[in-house]
Amino acid sequence: MAVCVAVIAKENYPLYIRSIPTENELKFHYMVHTSLDVVDEKISAMGKALVDQRELYLGLLYPTEDYKVYPSHQSPCVESTFPNQLCRYGYVTNSKVKFVMVVDSSNTALRDNEIRSMFRKLHNSYTDVMCNPFYNPGDRIHSRAFDSMVTSMMIQVC
Amino acid sequence: MMSKTDAEIRFGNPAELHGTKVQIPYLITEKNTFKRMDDEDKQETQSPTMSPLASPPSSPPHYQRVPLSHGYSKLRSSTEQMHPAPYEARQPLVQPEGPSSGAPGAKPPRHKASLIRSFSVEREPHDNSSNYPDEPWRITEEQREYYVNQFRSLQPDPSSFISGSVAKNFFTKSKLSIPELSYIWELSDADCDGALTLPEFCAAFHLIVARKNGYPLPEGLPPTLQPEYLQAAFPKPKRECTLFDSYSESMPANQQPRDLNRMEKLSIKDTADFPVPTQDVTSDDKQEQNKTRLALKSTADEALPKDMSEDPATSKDSNSLKARPRSRSYSSTSIEEAMKRGEDPPTPPPRPQKTHSRASSLDLNKVFQPSVPATKSGLLPPPPALPPRPCPSQISHHNVNSERSAHPKPPTQLPNYGDFRLQKQSEQVSEAEIHPQLNRAPSQVAESSPTKKDIPHSQPPSKPIRRKFRPENSATESQEPPSTVGGPVSAASGKPHAAVQKQSSKQKKAIQTAIRKNKEANAVLARLNSELQQQLKEVHQERIALENQLEQLRPVTVL
Repeated sequence: MAVCVAVIAKENYPLYIRSIPTENELKFHYMVHTSLDVVDEKISAMGKALVDQRELYLGLLYPTEDYKVYPSHQSPCVESTFPNQLCRYGYVTNSKVKFVMVVDSSNTALRDNEIRSMFRKLHNSYTDVMCNPFYNPGDRIHSRAFDSMVTSMMIQVC
Repeated sequence: MMSKTDAEIRFGNPAELHGTKVQIPYLITEKNTFKRMDDEDKQETQSPTMSPLASPPSSPPHYQRVPLSHGYSKLRSSTEQMHPAPYEARQPLVQPEGPSSGAPGAKPPRHKASLIRSFSVEREPHDNSSNYPDEPWRITEEQREYYVNQFRSLQPDPSSFISGSVAKNFFTKSKLSIPELSYIWELSDADCDGALTLPEFCAAFHLIVARKNGYPLPEGLPPTLQPEYLQAAFPKPKRECTLFDSYSESMPANQQPRDLNRMEKLSIKDTADFPVPTQDVTSDDKQEQNKTRLALKSTADEALPKDMSEDPATSKDSNSLKARPRSRSYSSTSIEEAMKRGEDPPTPPPRPQKTHSRASSLDLNKVFQPSVPATKSGLLPPPPALPPRPCPSQISHHNVNSERSAHPKPPTQLPNYGDFRLQKQSEQVSEAEIHPQLNRAPSQVAESSPTKKDIPHSQPPSKPIRRKFRPENSATESQEPPSTVGGPVSAASGKPHAAVQKQSSKQKKAIQTAIRKNKEANAVLARLNSELQQQLKEVHQERIALENQLEQLRPVTVL
């Protein structure tokens, strides 16, 4: 269950961020922000010849106190013993737009493929938003379709 | 909180509502909030959506909508106002008004009329029979025509797209806020390709118009604005309407997903299509009046039920895509056939020119004129419009004459012609030149176009040859040679022309030399004549003088 979904622009400012437990929204914001560093690190580490979607998917980013963040290419994650283990996953598009998803790992049924499919849906919805001529790249995403899709992700995984 | 009550009511309603129009609580952005109060008086579309708590809607189209959790709606309520309240108010209206859609339908069109006039469109309260009680989202014919015209102003080809930027500029003129326009686009661009087809454009335009009229934007594309619906269910225009042709053109365009490629083919042949498609019969009931169109429509209709029955959001595009190639194949064949029918049969190949029996004289005249300025050259340019047929016959006659009568004596033949020509009236030399040239030209023409000469034509040329010679004779005022020539001409009908041509070339040279000689002789004789005449004059004068002297001497003696 995705507890937070964020779309970060190329310049590392959020285009869209939404989390379910609104009371911890700020925390999620921070979390996403910190994960950006990891994302950038991964991007730079990958090099320039990466156009594969596999590369787009960054996997678990890095571990934190409350949440478990798995880096895709780094060493295996450090599992924390906290009950609410939230995993952060990253995904980068070719245009350097980053998707960060924080997932509650209490539901361990979430496999890598599921995460990938969720990111794929995110990416598709994002491109649909881009297709809207009234959307200026760099604006915050207010698309209802996008919202609904994110909501579905949050609900389904719940 | 209102949201809670609304949600409860809402979720209770689905079970009651038939043809479910479940309003899932969805927080609309601020753009709709200020319209809420007005909305309660108006009927609002109840787009069927999937609700986790409600039974799946039975209405065919499904939108790209995701059921929101009840709790989630609460979350958002703090920041945004709930829109469902007006929806709830209308929901009870929806059901009873479903069957009797006339009354509520009257209201929205009136409201719309005020706005629509701003767009210079007049609406009439018009309720089309439909399964959807969402009157505000139904496009009337007048609206449709207006939209189509606007579409055409942006994109002449009704079957093609309007690009995003063009549409953006156009819709920005409506002075709606950008977020609203963005949302409208999101609703109407069903396939999310960044471009608007005609039905998408109509839907977007309709949404804009409704929005301007104060209707809150729906959460999902109403069923009546969906492209399939727009293409299938839109009432056919009246045939008497002058916009009919353009409208009918737009109608197949409205079946855009299927007809897109097809119409692109047809766009070039629009004018030809309309009489042609009338021959095609459409099988759709809705297209009763519109029997014209294209057989494509029948195929499109076949595709439509499939589309309607399937899930809209994701499968819609795939269905439309599937339908496109299908319709394309049908349409291409039918249209091509229709076009073939409509086309005139190919013009028959030009008939081969036959002997211009009567035109031979005219041709000779033509030969005369161009040949006059021509000098004595070996090869004269053939006259432009000279049919060769008489010429070879003439030449054949020449050759025949040379062969038969005068073959051993070509000079006799030539001098015959030469005398024949010398007997001309005024300018013997010029005429002599003309006729030899005339003979040359026909011979040349004959040589240049041997293929045109046909043996069977030899007999008819005999007659024209006579006629040819007659104008010559008339010009030359000689009569004997034509008779003599006519004789051998008739007898020479059977000669092959190939041999004649060879002989004609030889004859040409001989004739040319003879001509030169004759000319020289003429010149000499002319000089002689002049000299002699002068001498004669002198002699006369001497004689006169002598007679005078004699008379002077005589009277003296005669007395």
